[in-house]
Amino acid sequence: MAVFEALLELADDHLILGHRVSEWCGHAPMLEEDLALPNMGLDLIGTARTLYDHAGKLEGKGRSEDDLAYLRDEREYRNCLLVERPNEDFAHTMLRQFYFAAFMRPYWLAALDSSDEVVRGVAGKAEKEMAYHIRHAGEWVIRMGDGTEESAARMRDAVEALHIYVDELFDSSDAAQEAEAAGVLPKRAGLRPAWDRTVAEVFAEALLEQPEAAYAQRGGRQGIHNETLGHLLAEMQVVHRAHPGARW
Amino acid sequence: MSTSTLDQARAWEAAAAVPDPEVPCVTVADLGILRWVRVENGVAVAGVTPTYSGCPAVLAIELAVEAALRDAGFEAKIERLLSPPWTTDWISADGREKLRAYGIAPPEKSSGSIRSLFGEVTVPCPKCASTDTEKLSEFGSTACKAHYRCRACAEPFDYFKCI
Repeated sequence: MAVFEALLELADDHLILGHRVSEWCGHAPMLEEDLALPNMGLDLIGTARTLYDHAGKLEGKGRSEDDLAYLRDEREYRNCLLVERPNEDFAHTMLRQFYFAAFMRPYWLAALDSSDEVVRGVAGKAEKEMAYHIRHAGEWVIRMGDGTEESAARMRDAVEALHIYVDELFDSSDAAQEAEAAGVLPKRAGLRPAWDRTVAEVFAEALLEQPEAAYAQRGGRQGIHNETLGHLLAEMQVVHRAHPGARW
Repeated sequence: MSTSTLDQARAWEAAAAVPDPEVPCVTVADLGILRWVRVENGVAVAGVTPTYSGCPAVLAIELAVEAALRDAGFEAKIERLLSPPWTTDWISADGREKLRAYGIAPPEKSSGSIRSLFGEVTVPCPKCASTDTEKLSEFGSTACKAHYRCRACAEPFDYFKCI
């Protein structure tokens, strides 16, 4: 069931980040961002839905996308730690989005050659959407990094806070390694140069520096999460669990 | 002409006339969302492709196409097609004109423009055709649109993004 597990990791990344981004709905600093953030969240959640549906079918135990999203607990979630980081301020949110999209775009481009038809289909749509996310979030990283004293300080704080979660993006779990060997998913480690290039290009304009990572925080793929994921899941799952089987 | 060819044409016409729920000036055929309709043994199967991964209109579109086929007397089924991915290049010339008349700037041809990550495209104003326009927001009222303003006639307008 390696492919099932590897697809679940990927789907969890998208659902959790999609939910995080959706938390801005109604709270963004300006109307345009109030439209942009839920739109980006929708892209991510849409991708997650197709991946859950496909994973559920491969597993063959009759689990639907809803079962996988709403009826698993924190330790069963396999998302990387970056995507569950709290929104904090706008700088944190935009940098997190930029980091993730800068990874996912080359990932989906490589996945266009997947041996799995559904993965190829998802990749064809998602790589275009990720290009938009890189552009939108990247523009904010530049605007804030090369902005006022206050905005630059906040963006530097975000870089400081998030850089320890970057390396985990390039790790492949045992399941992912099997899926990669089978040609279903692209090799994560090979995407580092592309990510480095995108980040270096934007950081140069944003007058930001990438700190040397003293250590990397890992654990998401083993189900070891930060406390904040539990709060997120509680909010996301409560209605579904309070009204099992409800339809509208 | 055989009955099945006639049925096929009738089923296509019924499905193709369904308006997009969020941009009702154009039909699902104009947008290229409706890929094909096949009639086999009285069952009309329509191939429908989503514009964006999370487009909330996907289900509404599928239900509307199914209802239109049923109204035309067919048993109806929808097949959701992920690949090849939908691109704005599939919007028909007619569809682009309808968008412009409705006040939405149609996508500048060639979906390849998204490849240049930080490049800007020039979007002519759908009202006065001036090219003196500015982007207000990368994301508009729906996933498929961005928000622009014309500096010449001062009108804000939606731009159908290229993907």
